[in-house]
Amino acid sequence: MSVPRYWREMPERTRLEAAKCNRCGIILFPPRGKCMNCGSESFVQYALPRRGKLITFTIVRSPTKGFEKQVPYVLGMVELEDGTKITVPLTDVFPEDVSIGMNVEAVFRKVFEDGESGIIEYAIKFRPTL
Amino acid sequence: MRPNIDVVIAGWGSYIPLYRVAVEEIAKMWGKSARHFKEELLIDEKAVAGQDEDVATIAVEAAKNALQRSGLAPTSLGAVFVGSESKPYAVKPTGTIVAEAIGATPRILAADMEFACKAGTETLQCCIGLVGSGMINYGMAIGADTAQGAPADSLEFSAGCGGTALIVGRKGYEKEPVATLEGSVSYVTDTPDFWRRPKREYPSHAEAFTGEPAYFAHVLSAGKILMEELSLKPSDFKYAVLHQPNGKFPIKAARMLGFNKEQVDSGLLVPYIGNLYAGSSVTGLSAVLDIAKPGDRIFMASFGSGAGSDAFSFVVNDGIDVKRDRSLTVRNYIKRKRNIDYAIYSKFRRKIVV
Amino acid sequence: MIMRKVAVLSTGLTKVDKHWRKSLRELYGEAAKAAINQTKVPQLDALIIGNMCASDLSDQNNIGALLADYLGMTPSMAYRIEAACGSGGAAVLGAYTAVASGMYDFVMTGGVEKLTDGVGGNTTYSLGKAADAEFELFYGSSFVSLNAMIMNHYMHVYHTSREDFADLAVLMHKNGARNPYAQLPFPITRDTVMNSDMISDPISLYDCAPVGDGAAALLLCPLEDAPKYSDTFVEIVGIAGATDTINISSRTDLLTLNSTVVAADRAYKMAKLTPKDIDVAEIHDTFTITGALSVEDLGFCEKGKFHKMLANGAFEAGGIVAINPSGGLKSRGHPVGATGAYQVAEIAMQLCNKADKWQVPDAEVGLAQNIGGSGSSTYITILRRAR
Repeated sequence: MSVPRYWREMPERTRLEAAKCNRCGIILFPPRGKCMNCGSESFVQYALPRRGKLITFTIVRSPTKGFEKQVPYVLGMVELEDGTKITVPLTDVFPEDVSIGMNVEAVFRKVFEDGESGIIEYAIKFRPTL
Repeated sequence: MRPNIDVVIAGWGSYIPLYRVAVEEIAKMWGKSARHFKEELLIDEKAVAGQDEDVATIAVEAAKNALQRSGLAPTSLGAVFVGSESKPYAVKPTGTIVAEAIGATPRILAADMEFACKAGTETLQCCIGLVGSGMINYGMAIGADTAQGAPADSLEFSAGCGGTALIVGRKGYEKEPVATLEGSVSYVTDTPDFWRRPKREYPSHAEAFTGEPAYFAHVLSAGKILMEELSLKPSDFKYAVLHQPNGKFPIKAARMLGFNKEQVDSGLLVPYIGNLYAGSSVTGLSAVLDIAKPGDRIFMASFGSGAGSDAFSFVVNDGIDVKRDRSLTVRNYIKRKRNIDYAIYSKFRRKIVV
Repeated sequence: MIMRKVAVLSTGLTKVDKHWRKSLRELYGEAAKAAINQTKVPQLDALIIGNMCASDLSDQNNIGALLADYLGMTPSMAYRIEAACGSGGAAVLGAYTAVASGMYDFVMTGGVEKLTDGVGGNTTYSLGKAADAEFELFYGSSFVSLNAMIMNHYMHVYHTSREDFADLAVLMHKNGARNPYAQLPFPITRDTVMNSDMISDPISLYDCAPVGDGAAALLLCPLEDAPKYSDTFVEIVGIAGATDTINISSRTDLLTLNSTVVAADRAYKMAKLTPKDIDVAEIHDTFTITGALSVEDLGFCEKGKFHKMLANGAFEAGGIVAINPSGGLKSRGHPVGATGAYQVAEIAMQLCNKADKWQVPDAEVGLAQNIGGSGSSTYITILRRAR
């Protein structure tokens, strides 16, 4: 990922900053230009909750470019405490121990290293709640 | 040394990764004696950072735990320093990665410090100075490492991963202080006991020379001078936390300073997680704060190769009882563990050329 | 607003395969010439072509101009439509509006894809770009892994197993075995699927459409003019597109392809038809899960009941609706940007009785459903045999 692209979305990916519609109150993550529900263009910054439940997941065995050394890795969909759903990698858990419904919490981790001389890309992942 | 304005600890937090590799695993690999490490050096296993962890991620979790305990908004911080000898970039401060991740930017001073295993108290001295001069209200000092030992080298058995963040505040301004600083001493000489040249993967060391002329000379000097300047005796302290490259050195140095085993035990973590390098003494302090009571006096002495020691005396305040349960303790993280074998450990720590 | 009725005058397909020796332009050229040479239209007014990956894998943009040039169509109007794996269906929709509006008479459309021009993981990476680059692809998710999460959720909610899904792949291969255009024209068993390698749990290799190249071309013209140029043509009686959130975590219901539900609703209304009226359907089974959800969301069966109905023969000729007699994406193949065009061409062939060994008897009305991304868009075309 190019440096500007990594840097631009850091608030969303590393601090889970979402947008809350000022008119109808729904949470948009990722943020949008217009509210999906009411079409409003007025939003306020909203910090997503840090804890949730795993509603589904997959174990990736055929990786996408750059993720070869991490195989097998787990991607999951988490329903946060406020009902917002997000797609995130799971960490600190072996694939065979992942189960639908498990409680998970946000942690700041490395996602990708652009080779030996490129930047390191970080984001929020989720681990079994301690 | 004491700043013009008294400073306190406003919050503390640590992080230790999930994975452990037992000394037996490493010994088996290289045909060495596990007994020597377990019984003489008192190391059973060490903490290993996962594939997606590094000093930045460790520092961020420790920082968040410290902030949680302190009750402060991240923007209250005027400085964040990360002390490490295994920072992710040779050039690009870990401090900014941490500051951004915790939401403390942009009105903040951020930088990285290096003094081998003493970098974690280096950052503490800097925060003490900035807060004690009135330049900032709160500063965060982090010591964290994911240091490596060369395969088959004796240091491979002890080089562990983890870190701690301490938030320093101004006495009076901070309404619920955890502990007050009575004073500190820094004792430093040019003693090349352990080093790493640029572009080398692993450090080198002067073997037995790292003992008396390095560790003991500096820790004992710093400790003695501190107690003299503050007119304190070893028995005035409830706890003594020393840098822990293994279990043997801190127990021996503590005894030579006049402390007994009970005073050292609570802060002795190296048997379970190994030597956290820049995170070592500050994580020992964190483990002590997890259980200390108001009125307890705590002695801490770090050691960094190259070489030097920072010694501190803290007295615990009432705020500790309010703040202690707001975050996970060091013991929580120590208990959360999953043992891995040498193969997975090699993959995680990139000892296989990947 | 008066819109002209539109006919599919003729179609041309290449076999789906790893066409090492044929380039992007040669492949579409082959399909296009087959379509053009079946009729004697006076001119070709426009080319609206679907493609997803040429920019990444063949370093080629500007495909409309490239192919118009290759087919000697310059200076006719040409452009490319990209809607991920829905590019083909979207191109047909674009060509339909071009003719229906009265602006163009004879429009070449279809799709072409050269997935084998990619090397070393580039193909998978390019296909992954159908997802949300910043918030899905960034984390190492691929197209397969996003759909795998949906499949895992379906299995959890409806208490189905991998075997249930395997049965769809088996039917696809049974059908495709008779289709000379199919990439994998051989029958398989449940065991073939169950024993195949996991790609992203629970999706295994045989739950996935294969990687291949192909081109499908369709020639559209005003319905009233069609009899002058061909004896076998079909009418587009309903056509629609719809979207859903690109990021699957923003879906209201992870197990409903709302873009399919809405597009189908619009297309059925336009054609004044219901699901019951459809004799044959070419649906988008990139993965067995996508196939299951597509059949349900097209209104052919209730939610969660796909596997039961499949087991009862509901989706074979003689059942409720013949699904993917061509072998579908699983067996016929999935040259992504061309797939939607293959589907419409296959339906046209069925309705004109040209499907030889894989012909569904008495097919009068057919539906093609083409999905872009993991359900972020759907393009539906309903055709009726013209008399």
